Amino acid sequence: MEAYLDNAATTAVEDNVAELMIKVMKEDFGNPSSKHIKGMQGENYIKDAAATIASSLKVLPKEITFTSGGTEANNLALIGGAYANIRAGKHIISTVFEHASVYNPLLYLKDMGFEITFVGTDRLGHINVDELLDAIREDTIIISMMYVNNEIGSITNLEEIIPKIREKKKNVIIHVDAIQGYGKFKIFPKKIDIDMMSVSGHKIHGPKGSGFLYVRDKVKIKPIIFGGGQQKGLRSGTENVPSIAGLALAAKNIYTDYDKKINHLYELKECFVENVLKVPDITINAIDLDGIVESEGQIKDFEKFKVNIRKTAPHIVSVSFKNIRSEVLLHALEDKGVYVSSGSACSSNHPSLSGTLQAIGVEKELLDSTLRFSFSFHTTKEELIYACQCLQEITPVLKKYVRR
Amino acid sequence: MYKAFLLRYSEIGIKGKNRYMFEDALKNQVKFALSKVEGSFNVSKEQGRIFVEAESEFDFDEVITALKRVFGVAAICPVVVIDDNAWDNLTVKVGDYVEKVYGNQEITFKVEARRGNKNYPIPSPEICAKMGEYLLDRFDNLKVDVHNPKVRVHVEIRTKAYVYSDVIKGAGGMPLGTNGKAMLLLSGGIDSPVAGYMIAKRGVRIDATYFHAPPYTSDRAKQKVVDLAKQVSLYAGPIDLHVVNFTDIQMYIYDKCPHDELTIIMRRYMMRIAQTLAEKNNCIGLITGESIGQVASQTMQSLVTTDAVCTMPVYRPVIGFDKQEIVEIAEKIGTFETSILPYEDCCTTFVAKHPVTKPSLKSIEKSELKLAEDIDRLVEEALKTVETIVIK
Repeated sequence: MEAYLDNAATTAVEDNVAELMIKVMKEDFGNPSSKHIKGMQGENYIKDAAATIASSLKVLPKEITFTSGGTEANNLALIGGAYANIRAGKHIISTVFEHASVYNPLLYLKDMGFEITFVGTDRLGHINVDELLDAIREDTIIISMMYVNNEIGSITNLEEIIPKIREKKKNVIIHVDAIQGYGKFKIFPKKIDIDMMSVSGHKIHGPKGSGFLYVRDKVKIKPIIFGGGQQKGLRSGTENVPSIAGLALAAKNIYTDYDKKINHLYELKECFVENVLKVPDITINAIDLDGIVESEGQIKDFEKFKVNIRKTAPHIVSVSFKNIRSEVLLHALEDKGVYVSSGSACSSNHPSLSGTLQAIGVEKELLDSTLRFSFSFHTTKEELIYACQCLQEITPVLKKYVRR
Repeated sequence: MYKAFLLRYSEIGIKGKNRYMFEDALKNQVKFALSKVEGSFNVSKEQGRIFVEAESEFDFDEVITALKRVFGVAAICPVVVIDDNAWDNLTVKVGDYVEKVYGNQEITFKVEARRGNKNYPIPSPEICAKMGEYLLDRFDNLKVDVHNPKVRVHVEIRTKAYVYSDVIKGAGGMPLGTNGKAMLLLSGGIDSPVAGYMIAKRGVRIDATYFHAPPYTSDRAKQKVVDLAKQVSLYAGPIDLHVVNFTDIQMYIYDKCPHDELTIIMRRYMMRIAQTLAEKNNCIGLITGESIGQVASQTMQSLVTTDAVCTMPVYRPVIGFDKQEIVEIAEKIGTFETSILPYEDCCTTFVAKHPVTKPSLKSIEKSELKLAEDIDRLVEEALKTVETIVIK
């Protein structure tokens, strides 16, 4: 049996997306900037894509800028936003558990003379709201927050936080990294008062190298890539038409039968957590299980269990395994056809330990013993039960071999 | 401008009756190296040198890089070919060559002539004198110095004429295939690829053994070793890389033996297995990247205990090198960047926090008795499941 449980790293492209992309690449391949009919065909794909995505967010098509993915969207938002608003100040606020594509542009801006404040989180991965509000100053220009954390699946309560921010400082630019959130939640930036939002295509069964940044009309932002002036000058370079078309179709797919899909994902998460709890010596991160689970991993309050799981993202579970190195367990699972991540796949080539796990106060010995299991709506309960059986089988053996 | 290369060799010049064998091996290696670059070349040996003449367009830098990797080549001289060797044309063309290469630089020079074509009307000493005169007349920035010239302008006359003055240092050593074959214990680290390179440089062909321990080591770690072997093979020629699954042996040793002796005992089994593979593959020596005192398993005492299981000679070419000296060679041969990629190798999980640094052979042998029950079967199983990857 095979179980791909690394969908927060990337997902398989849907058939209809791949088919459409091939058609665009081979038949409707015109450059949107060309004046002839072939160019117009290309341009129409972009227009349609912007309209599809805009409607999923209830925003205007002109507020969508296509990028090469989530990383570029975050870079454009932060660097482009910072330089466009430099006269209003040079202070930016973010959190300690952001993805590297937010964290590293901020470090770059720090080198360039901006001042960055990183706000902490609690053990469930919720931003310390008071600390955030206290950090706001006269010269704060951007506040950047992650919607769903990629390593632990915690959700940032934007509906609660943003009004409080606005109360303190009305005209600060609020950026949300929604790369793990888009497609899992219905997010309406205008209704919850978000100014900029980053999304990636390959997390929602779209192509890699696709993504977009929502920038609210009237919010000032400068380009970070210069050239032929495509996309109103905000993002030069011939548009990646097949990817953009694929991204829009993936967005349309993901929000079709949305309730059913999300319900399925939450059922998967319940099933997985219930089963993984039976594996000895594990800790589940970022789900509040206090008073819900007995010591042998039995769930005693099922109602509360369900409620608390639904306070987290439906597709990510972070589990720490005492006395087992995550990389060894990962490869042992791989041998059984179960594919997961240690930390976040994007950063696991670096030997440095996870910033997110440290931020939520995971014990030091467990930092290098934590795996992330992440699902898609194609995942089945059988796969999850199989993965948990593998864990039952493998962990006692691996626990025997620790460095002494 | 350059259409040919003259390759000099030093050591094989003195090998007496075996000389033709060394020259043929060198010629073959040059051909092999050039087969990987764009263009076609004629490679011939003549008068104590190898002559490479381009038969098509080629990229100069690419050819030099390839030739610099051939063991046995002491120096590479890029050569300009002059089709018409009539004296008046020859002087002008040699003059043009000097102008192009040295421009207005103030240099001292000397002409060295060689007359392969004994029918040529002017004898060699006269060619030197007359050519020197011509060059002095034509360029103000040249001065003759017959004892210690900055530039030696070599002119060789055969059916065509050849001129060269630039001398690029070659890899040195001896041509591959002139000195038998040895088995390299290749890990993902910095030292073992360097060790393999150094022994190959003496004309030795190499095979390699890598100990893979899934799930403790990943496929990426294995891929890293394949990549390292590929890089070494640019110098050492094709390599058969034998991948041994070591996990069960490792776990068994962990279960049965004192933990501070784990590394030593594991290394002894690695040596035993590598030696068996060496015998099977016609290797007559083992190569390791050990350097005295670098880690606990490489103290003099530890080396005594690992050596004790080998009947074959174990070559340790970096034994007296500091880490920095090894790193310099790794950088030179292009293995360093791959070696420092952070995928864990076999050792980490199964290394004791406080390993013995001065093991006694007696106590290690005593500990190994505890493995008697099952170890032979496990070793046999590991040998049966070896995966051999041919790296060309």
